[in-house]
Amino acid sequence: MRTLRAGIEDFGRMLFFATETVAWALRPPARLELILAQMAFIGAGSAFIVGVTGTFAGMVFGLQMNFAMKQFAAEGYVGGSTAFALSRELSPVFTALMVTGRAGSAIATELGTMRVTEQIDAMETMAVSPIQYLVVPRVIASILMFPALTMLFNALGFAGAYVMGVYVAGIPEGPFIAHTREIVGPDDIFHGLWKAVIFGAIVSLITTWRGYSASGGARGVGEGTTRAVVSSSIAILVADYAATVLFVGT
Amino acid sequence: MAAIEVTDLWKSFGDNHVLQGVSLTVPDGQTYVVLGGSGSGKTVLMKHVIGLLKPDRGRVVVGGKEISALEGKALTEARQQFGMVFQGAALFDSMNVFDNVAFPLRERRRGQKLSREEVRARVVEKLAVVDLGEEVLPRWPAELSGGMRKRVALARALVSDPQVVLYDEPTTGLDPITTNYVDEMIQHAKERLGITSMVISHDIASAFRVADRMAVLYDGRLAAEGTPAEVRDSKDPFVQRFLSTWFQKQ
Repeated sequence: MRTLRAGIEDFGRMLFFATETVAWALRPPARLELILAQMAFIGAGSAFIVGVTGTFAGMVFGLQMNFAMKQFAAEGYVGGSTAFALSRELSPVFTALMVTGRAGSAIATELGTMRVTEQIDAMETMAVSPIQYLVVPRVIASILMFPALTMLFNALGFAGAYVMGVYVAGIPEGPFIAHTREIVGPDDIFHGLWKAVIFGAIVSLITTWRGYSASGGARGVGEGTTRAVVSSSIAILVADYAATVLFVGT
Repeated sequence: MAAIEVTDLWKSFGDNHVLQGVSLTVPDGQTYVVLGGSGSGKTVLMKHVIGLLKPDRGRVVVGGKEISALEGKALTEARQQFGMVFQGAALFDSMNVFDNVAFPLRERRRGQKLSREEVRARVVEKLAVVDLGEEVLPRWPAELSGGMRKRVALARALVSDPQVVLYDEPTTGLDPITTNYVDEMIQHAKERLGITSMVISHDIASAFRVADRMAVLYDGRLAAEGTPAEVRDSKDPFVQRFLSTWFQKQ
């Protein structure tokens, strides 16, 4: 019972933190240089891991779809079905999970260390809002870069499926591309990108909150980082279901 | 004239009555030390002075402004008259020495657009006050000794010309030679810049070296208050016991 109450209290404080973040995001000054630095860290810094994950996910999915479609002599649909799955589900979810592991954990650790070494208190006593200086740039950068990384995942994932389907499995290129165009449209791409925006907001708010509210020295920072990654990963999957129901219906 | 006036300050956290009617006056341009053991309420008192906590009763006036009654932007503006040196220095470890010291200058004076040369000149000037040369500018906090970190922290606290500097346990964890150096640094800041200082400490030797006036806080109340000589001659049993731990060694 006590754990449940503590959990609800913590969630309430996080919601208040999120509200404060939105309020500070709307106030000047706009810290463009900090947003760009975070975009470089979260976006460019995660491009390699997202690219590798996307390429292999597309290759594996292409091979598996080829195996399944062969049963119905419908190998020409491998490209379309893979692209459909990538654009709506695999790319936004995999990207969010990978970025949580790489950048989300780093954000929680960095802010947690700043909290326990009084760097955040110091900022406050210098009349600078730590939420505006530290949190807002990370949230904005995540909201912008998660969709960009999702597009990278889409592109490399489809390229991986193309290589496996056309060059390894020997599916003719014509039907592979033609059926992809039939099955996947801009709506499917945007469906995934909107999810990426939502995941970016959720992951950045959870990881910054876990760091910002860390206490108790190195152990507290470690616990905060672990909770940040676990909570973000679960939140991504729950939000994915909610967004799918919202966008598609049941 | 009083730089800081604390009047009948009360603060409780649940059943823990941390401050119970504390009143003290810090004269302009003097160094005032609040001595006390762990859990005596020193840090809570200091957090009231800088407006990080609101009292249950009583008031805090700094430079003619009632800090305890201010909120939001007014409080942020009032905090600009402070500089603060944290126990662990609280330097931003993602910035080099130059950026650390320049931080309050750039942030507080965003509207005034100081040129790069002006910022650099101010940073070098304040580092000189704490006997550090330009060679430390590109160094990172992790590359500095404990004493140097404290000195850089003081330069950062001084850079925007505050009227009051607060020191939180400035000598904790330092060796005797570095402790002496930090004491000299506090005195230099007072003598060279005419700054009012409030020092929170449990280091009796250091307190008697730097204080113009001092108070001993015990169990949320002032057990003694006055010049160092007056406090040393106090008949209060706790003060006698507390001070004897050091004076008996002499």
